[in-house]
Amino acid sequence: MCSIHTVIPHPLFCCCYETLNGKCLALRTNITSFSKAMSENGALPLRGKVLTLDTMNANVKKVDYAVRGPIVQRAVQIEKELKEGVKKPFEEVIKANIGDAHAMGQRPITFFRQVMALCTYPQLLDDNKFPEDAKNRARRILQSCGGNSIGAYTTSQGIDCVRHDVANYIQRRDGGIPSDPDNIYLTTGASDGIVTILKLLTTGEGRTRTGVMISIPQYPLYSASIAELGAVQINYYLNEEKCWSLDISELQRSLQAAREHCNPCVLCIINPGNPTGQVQSRQCIEDVIRFAAKENLFLMADEVYQDNVYAEGCAFHSFKKVLFEMGPEYSSKVELASFHSTSKCYMGECGFRGGYMEVMNMDPEVKAQLTKLVSVRLCPPAPGQALMDLVVNSPQPGEPSYQTFMKERTAVLSALAEKAKLTEEILNTVPGISCNPVQGAMYSFPRITLPERSINEAKAKGQAPDMFYCMKLLEETGICLVPGSGFGQREGTYHFRMTILPPTDKLKIMLNKLKEFHQKFTQQYS
Amino acid sequence: RVLPIFEYPGVTCGDALPRWRRSAPPILGFKNALLNPTSDMRFLTAEAKVSAGRLNGKMREKTLTMDTLNPQVKAVEYAVRGPIVIKAGEIEKYLEEGGTKPFSEVIKANIGDAHAMGQQPITFLRQVVALCTFPELMDSPSFPEDAKWRARRILQGCGGHSLGSYSASPGVECIRKDIAAYIEQRDEGVPSDWENIYLTTGASDGIMTILRLLVSGKDSSRTGVMIPIPQYPLYSAAISEMDAVQVNYYLDEDNCWALDINELYRAYQAAKLHCQPKVICIINPGNPTGQVQSKKCIEEVLHFAYEENLFVMSDEVYQDNVYTPDCQFHSFKKVLYEMGPEYFNSVELASFHSTSKGYTGECGFRGGYMEVINMDPEVKAQLVKLLSVRLCPPLAGQAAMDVIVNPPQPDEHSYKQFHQEKSSVLGALADKAKLTEQILNAVPGIKCNPVQGAMYAFPRIFIPPKAVEEAKALGMQPDMFYCLRLLEETGICVVPGSGFGQKDGTYHFRMTILPSIEKLKVLLGKVRDFHISFLKEYSALE
Repeated sequence: MCSIHTVIPHPLFCCCYETLNGKCLALRTNITSFSKAMSENGALPLRGKVLTLDTMNANVKKVDYAVRGPIVQRAVQIEKELKEGVKKPFEEVIKANIGDAHAMGQRPITFFRQVMALCTYPQLLDDNKFPEDAKNRARRILQSCGGNSIGAYTTSQGIDCVRHDVANYIQRRDGGIPSDPDNIYLTTGASDGIVTILKLLTTGEGRTRTGVMISIPQYPLYSASIAELGAVQINYYLNEEKCWSLDISELQRSLQAAREHCNPCVLCIINPGNPTGQVQSRQCIEDVIRFAAKENLFLMADEVYQDNVYAEGCAFHSFKKVLFEMGPEYSSKVELASFHSTSKCYMGECGFRGGYMEVMNMDPEVKAQLTKLVSVRLCPPAPGQALMDLVVNSPQPGEPSYQTFMKERTAVLSALAEKAKLTEEILNTVPGISCNPVQGAMYSFPRITLPERSINEAKAKGQAPDMFYCMKLLEETGICLVPGSGFGQREGTYHFRMTILPPTDKLKIMLNKLKEFHQKFTQQYS
Repeated sequence: RVLPIFEYPGVTCGDALPRWRRSAPPILGFKNALLNPTSDMRFLTAEAKVSAGRLNGKMREKTLTMDTLNPQVKAVEYAVRGPIVIKAGEIEKYLEEGGTKPFSEVIKANIGDAHAMGQQPITFLRQVVALCTFPELMDSPSFPEDAKWRARRILQGCGGHSLGSYSASPGVECIRKDIAAYIEQRDEGVPSDWENIYLTTGASDGIMTILRLLVSGKDSSRTGVMIPIPQYPLYSAAISEMDAVQVNYYLDEDNCWALDINELYRAYQAAKLHCQPKVICIINPGNPTGQVQSKKCIEEVLHFAYEENLFVMSDEVYQDNVYTPDCQFHSFKKVLYEMGPEYFNSVELASFHSTSKGYTGECGFRGGYMEVINMDPEVKAQLVKLLSVRLCPPLAGQAAMDVIVNPPQPDEHSYKQFHQEKSSVLGALADKAKLTEQILNAVPGIKCNPVQGAMYAFPRIFIPPKAVEEAKALGMQPDMFYCLRLLEETGICVVPGSGFGQKDGTYHFRMTILPSIEKLKVLLGKVRDFHISFLKEYSALE
């Protein structure tokens, strides 16, 4: 049966499974599901399949998404093994691979969930256990839904009053710079918005194919979407020695090089950075905008971590605000789409898939095309839209829920700040690990020094050395991290991404296990 | 002042369309400028361009313009939310602001949006989702135990027991298991493997994802996708977006929109000359056509797919919406099984369901699932990878889907109320299906097939030659012209047949049967009056 799978080695999974089974290149679950399909149906397929690795969309094959890649699949498998009573050197798998706050035990913001419950089951509007401010918001949201139900389709761009609230929020956040509700599009999480804008921008063939500039290290949604759309990925490297800051000369270099083989027309920025955790200075943002204006680039600013800034001396500056402060020469010219989400910050409501984007200076005809394109998917989930509304229209001083809300919000954010500091400190005490300050976002992306022998062993197995490292870490300690190679890194350097989301006690245990593992690993291979 | 309707700029622009479509008649190809040469929309466009350029002291090209836009996006058309609906929205706003029209409200019969038409949510479903959303309610005595039990079970399947965590990309495990159990029960014991179930963001998302896997090749090896005409325009839109080749097979209007196997062969043979047909899409019960396929017809389709090596996509989102007593829903999966192992072990089939239709009509939750059988395991791994990039479908939608596949049982507390609500919705829909067919068929120049299932009537309308000429002079499809007039004069918003595709020279519109009985009667009366006066105006009726 293995021959079936080894004809074409699986591009995503083969590398890690090789080490695990030692002989078969194929993904274990593939084999199981395949044999199951056979036994369930009682016979071998009688005719060739229509859809095979050979006939399928080649761009889909190129897609890679490490955050939920092979290491995470293995983690899930280990969890199952533990449940079935298999003995391991640890009792539980700690999933520090993904920014999923609630899964790590963070509690939802009470006010948000109250309003969501009221919207879902309006009979609760008569329940006196719910505060008035929650009821008011629920009533307002329901009034803008068709048939006053969250079960109706909304307009494709999103519920009217939610878009207005988003615009007001942006205006407040940016010190009064106007925001037009017509420029706001609700989305199914930020990912959906990013993919949609990239879809509009991707065109051309060969040397005229759209090039998309992304930071390295990057959040792999970008590389995955670029692969799926068949656009050209243009890497610009962040400066690890300078706390992952962005260098304009590096932007210039990568743009120049890319112009030889494609048509660069988009520049993507993630601020605060994922996976790198840096917060961009105002000056840096200004330089980026000037660069985009000069080079005629469409700017995409991924600002989903805008509330996650921890380091003293750092502040979040929105691209929109800086753009407008640079004067009409820029603010009436540079095309910018910025993205936000319900999944991060202090609420961490990933499961609701809420988000929005604001587009500035988009050609009105193209905007009509954007509206048409999003209408095919009908609308973003209405509960996610409602939640987004609460994030931008949270309880105000004087409202009954204000105090509880602020208490919960502050508790989450200060715990995160503490954990950011703790992570940096502990990791930097380990010889062979060096970690930049986690100024913002939810991740630490330390550099790890790997002994030559481990690198050779990994390469002999056809594995990225940091994948080899993370896989071993998972097998020996139950800690699930994502190797730096999944995000991109300078050649010859190795990293991993870990979230700072586990509760402080657990995080300490985890970091200490990591420390021990690293020391052992270094000894073993030196 | 009401803004004039505007076309999506470039929608019908010849060079924006893939080659195979250039010869096809433009669907929404009326020129706005002809209707109103001083379109506000266009004026604004021009103004914005000039001011942006001038501030910089020189004209500056935008990075993203109609010229540089992804041409596949330009080619996308989606009539259900197209220009006529935008126009309806404008009229609504105009009325709200105190403007006057010969009617007091816009009735949107363009989209299958049950709650917007006043249908009440199923209490039990909302109770479970509210409990999942705000688990503090578990202590409330006003929620029944069977709802609490289901909510607890769903939350136990969620990371950190919260609806706010990401789920696995194919969906929450226990929900996938419930779906498999539901399918097995529905199909009277035909096995369903939960690992073949993928939760989706509405059925549309699943359909797009499967098509995305299937589309490959260049020129004559490009993937061809067979779709019924008339079709639900998600299909044509997705095909345009992915630059696949649309292969039309026509349903037989004279035979109650039945699918004729000879027509499938014809379409397939013709398409093979310029592309590689790899997929056949079926919508059963039909949208917009409302027919329910017989078991024999499904067998023929599956045999055809088996013979010609086609991947089968069966859109079964209306599986609970069957109204005529002599019709019954047969799932493609079940029929395939009954055809024997030779078929059941080989035909690749993806079938789709959703929370948006049926008796729940929960469109806003964007819940849905697909079941994929006989998919190459390596391709399945690719599918999981592709889904993982978008992280997961919305959890509230997944929870709603769970309630649909795992509703209250006869021995449970909520059963009676649940059953009552469900039958009342489905009973009313059956009444409205009958009523719509009857009233429309009484109008001279309108002919309507029985609405056996789904949520729409798709009547054929006679448009007098003089009206056809007038429409064409405006650069407009005749049924678009008709529907626009209907909207302007009565406030009724329906979608022209040209948005779904129809045999050349025939004209239709799609209307939903969702308004309440009283409103539906008023609506149908207005359609009748309008149609008669339209015929008179164009002097086809003495």
